[in-house]
Amino acid sequence: MENLSLEGALTVTFVRSLLAHANIVDVDATAAEALPNVQVMTAADLDLGVFGPGFPDVNPSMGRPLLVVDRVRFVGDIIAIVISDDSATGADAAELVYVDYDQLPAVVSPHESAKDEALLFPEAGTNVATRAGSPEHDENLFDGCDVVVSGTFVSQRMAPCPLEARSAAAELGPDGRITAWLSTQTPHQDRTALAETLGLDPAQIRVVGLDVGGGFGAKTLNVEEVLVVWLARRLGRPVRWTETRSESMTALPHGRAASLEYTIGGTRDGKVLAYRLEVLQDCGAYASVGAVLPGLTGLMASGVYAIPRIEFESRSVVTNTTPVSAFRGAGRPEASQAIERAIDTFAAELGMDPAEVRRRNFIPTNAFPYTTASHAAYDSGDYEGALELALRSVGYDALRDEQRQRRERAATTQLGIGISCYVEITNGIAEIEFGEVEITRDGGAIVRTGSFSHGQGHETTFAMIAAERLGLPVEKVTVHKGDTDEVARGTGTYGSKSTQIGGAAARLAADDVLEVAKQLVGDYLEASPADIVLDPALGRLHVAGAHSLGISWADLALRASADGRLAELRAEHEFQAAAPTFPFGAHVAVVEVDTETGRVELRRLVAVDDAGTLINPLIAQGQVHGGIAAGVAQALYEDFVYDDDGNPLTGTFVGYAFPSSADLPSWEAVEMETPTPLNVLGAKGIGESGTIGATPAVHNAVVDALAPLGVRNVDLPANGENVWRALRKAKA
Amino acid sequence: MIPAVFEYERAGFVDEAVELLGRDEEAKLLAGGHSLIPAMRLRFSRPSLLVDIGRLDDLRYVREHGDRIAIGALTRHADLVGDAMLREHCALIGEAAALIGDPQVRHRGTIGGSVAHGDPASDLGTILLTLDAEFVARGPGGERAIGAGAFFTGPFETALEHQEVLTEIRVPKTAGTYLKHVRRAHDWATVGAAAARVDGRVHVGLTSMGPTSLRARTVEDALADGATPADAAAHVAEDAMPPTDASASSEYRLHLAQVLVRRALERM
Ligand SMILES: Cc1cc2nc3c(=O)[nH]c(=O)nc-3n(C[C@H](O)[C@H](O)[C@H](O)COP(=O)(O)OP(=O)(O)OC[C@H]3O[C@@H](n4cnc5c(N)ncnc54)[C@H](O)[C@@H]3O)c2cc1C
Repeated sequence: MENLSLEGALTVTFVRSLLAHANIVDVDATAAEALPNVQVMTAADLDLGVFGPGFPDVNPSMGRPLLVVDRVRFVGDIIAIVISDDSATGADAAELVYVDYDQLPAVVSPHESAKDEALLFPEAGTNVATRAGSPEHDENLFDGCDVVVSGTFVSQRMAPCPLEARSAAAELGPDGRITAWLSTQTPHQDRTALAETLGLDPAQIRVVGLDVGGGFGAKTLNVEEVLVVWLARRLGRPVRWTETRSESMTALPHGRAASLEYTIGGTRDGKVLAYRLEVLQDCGAYASVGAVLPGLTGLMASGVYAIPRIEFESRSVVTNTTPVSAFRGAGRPEASQAIERAIDTFAAELGMDPAEVRRRNFIPTNAFPYTTASHAAYDSGDYEGALELALRSVGYDALRDEQRQRRERAATTQLGIGISCYVEITNGIAEIEFGEVEITRDGGAIVRTGSFSHGQGHETTFAMIAAERLGLPVEKVTVHKGDTDEVARGTGTYGSKSTQIGGAAARLAADDVLEVAKQLVGDYLEASPADIVLDPALGRLHVAGAHSLGISWADLALRASADGRLAELRAEHEFQAAAPTFPFGAHVAVVEVDTETGRVELRRLVAVDDAGTLINPLIAQGQVHGGIAAGVAQALYEDFVYDDDGNPLTGTFVGYAFPSSADLPSWEAVEMETPTPLNVLGAKGIGESGTIGATPAVHNAVVDALAPLGVRNVDLPANGENVWRALRKAKA
Repeated sequence: MIPAVFEYERAGFVDEAVELLGRDEEAKLLAGGHSLIPAMRLRFSRPSLLVDIGRLDDLRYVREHGDRIAIGALTRHADLVGDAMLREHCALIGEAAALIGDPQVRHRGTIGGSVAHGDPASDLGTILLTLDAEFVARGPGGERAIGAGAFFTGPFETALEHQEVLTEIRVPKTAGTYLKHVRRAHDWATVGAAAARVDGRVHVGLTSMGPTSLRARTVEDALADGATPADAAAHVAEDAMPPTDASASSEYRLHLAQVLVRRALERM
């Protein structure tokens, strides 16, 4: 965005709240506006309504004003906008905007918030944004169980930390249309949302997603982008904004932030009969995507197990903290973190090997399609196969021997082995995606997709899909995405859905183009189109049985172009799968824990991830590797924390323990492919699986290492201090 | 993340730096920039003039100085890691320098900046305090030597005057150990513990355990009285005032310091 040459562009700097909860008494911009060419705007200058929540079941009074009107609700809330010629002047001016606050007590803990004592939105009468599941308890849920155990943990708040912080630019064209360049995952949906918020016809807006350096769920349209577009219209000048890293840490929505409580019961021989899960979700200061994350947690509560009775209940509450949204996994990691800890707790209570307890409870491979007691309809799976493969790959029995020896020696550094078997949901609401394939004048092809790529490599994967169908070399296929003027429709990328719907749409459009091409070739060769076949190896269309009677794509394109018929070699396809898909896998983590300092070292992580058919295994592995890193980061490192007044304590990378490759071992990723019947590719999603599988494996490994010392749980992240606390508690 | 406005001058030699500092009370020296520039970007620090001494290569050396080793203030952490003379006579310094930040930090950051910044989390600050190093500073009135015991005066404060440039650091030839606990690779010390033999006594130093790098004198006295490493380490609480921050609580730091001091002493 900063490199876009936008003549005369102005720079936007947001004046953000330094307090978590306060009434705004006065905003004095006199000193700021004394700087050269500086203009300051506040809510009084704004003619726009509230942004969000955007979900029908969420309390409508908890949406976010685009600029705060009279009350700030988190450190980072936007009070005013500074418009200047450059960002250095903008930073100086923003400091000179004096805000007179009347501080209110901050509500930081979701448990405090749930008491409804201090309200963030007095007009709402409650801090509860939404509920899911059933608040009714079945008194008899655990009937017939010999053993019932429970536990609590917090799936802690995480900052998404994309390599590229957000950036936006907008320019009003001479035709009155506005172009918005956004660092986003969802250009088409952003266009719709911008139109709604600004009261415009979507045709008046062009959204362009350029190369984006990661999103992880957090980069969908937010107030900052809306304000940038609004300003470009209001000022009649191009406008741009680039978030600083510190700004991104508190202004870009966070993820997770759920407190979970589980109870699991079953028979003494290891059969689970009933499970209850309660979630208290922290939405942050305004209710948006974060409020509805527990819905996915509830749906996936059963994990890979056939559990006859399940109860789920959740409440989502607002607090004076950064708003919570989707982050790599979004609601599903919480489900697998809970059930996998629950299974291990149950196994520990029985004194049974956790692998064996899992075997006794898996949904059998011949049971698919299978609907769980938490109402998820799984398409396909082989959970036991994944676990056995992972255990073989890691050398489970030898590791247990090594562990036994260390325990017998009472070694300072203990060994822990943790298992996680997971299933997750991708393309969660079975969306439609758009694909278009066009043969170009030089006999190559362009794929236009409604999926977006913010680092996932769809440019390669989708090109491979079309190239294979058309018999073209992959370098002759280019993928266009992210420009709403060029790609007719689209939903963008989130929830690991792109290849299975966008890739499938591209493939189906390629097949459609091939059919049109056969018509054309039939015309040229005076043959029936039904007799024309593609030689995929040569990229030639010829009459079946007569190789010499044929024409290459290059020649076909030349000829069609000379005849003015090139435009016929184009097809669109919209694909909607009948249902979501359910990738699954098994991760085994091996950790060493220094029982004196608490320090945890992740020694190995074996990951079996089955996402159905893989189009490009290398890219899929990249997704798995990054996904595991994010999962391990939650297990061992990251935690976004606030003090009691709602001040962020981890607002920079000095405090926020974002790990690097130097902290992580080489993953041992083991492929397994169980195709889904739900799309022509057989593909499921792979972008979030690693994250979902890894956290509980590592978490379980740390607890396992400390089990002989009486430890039953370690708070996340399982870092030195939390391990030390768990050890101290076990000793007491 | 955008610093406030400042002027910039590059000094060609030490006395020029001294002179430039004299022009502006809000001037600051710039060496490797790896502590100062982040602080400026967060606007915690707002010097009106930066005097860049980063290219004074004649202050970049390790050499023998009588029975001690002299290290130029502009010597980079990476230079210390690879230095043969240090490896032979005071290996502790190179070993500690190898634990600082990441490779970029070690190639830019200087030993002089590391101590002049007065950061209680500075690894080399703790090492030099433990070694009872001598700091040589040059100011308008010439040169003076400051003992380590008097050098670290408070958080982000040292005995250096505004117009003084730290030029050289002198350390004894000796052996020691440094143990650093970090939350992640490349991180600042949650706690660091150093032990070294100096003038026939074992010195113990601590990182991130108080307002400055600290000497654990009660621990040292206990050792001198014949205590075991474990018994001596138990005295750490009397020597430290550990802070609570995002990387650890005060009580965990205290526990860690005890473990690390004991382990360091066991290796002596
Ligand atoms: C990501 C990162 C990780 C880091 N991790 C660690 C770590 O693990 N352990 C650790 O100890 N450090 C760490 N550091 C700090 C690093 O070692 C710095 O380089 C060092 O602290 C300062 O040295 P400098 O040369 O960069 O000083 P500068 O940043 O240039 O200066 C720091 C201060 O010292 C003053 N100063 C500099 N030189 C002199 C001199 N010769 N005379 C008088 N005053 C002077 C300056 O005016 C300034 O006030 C880290 C830094 C970063 C950015």
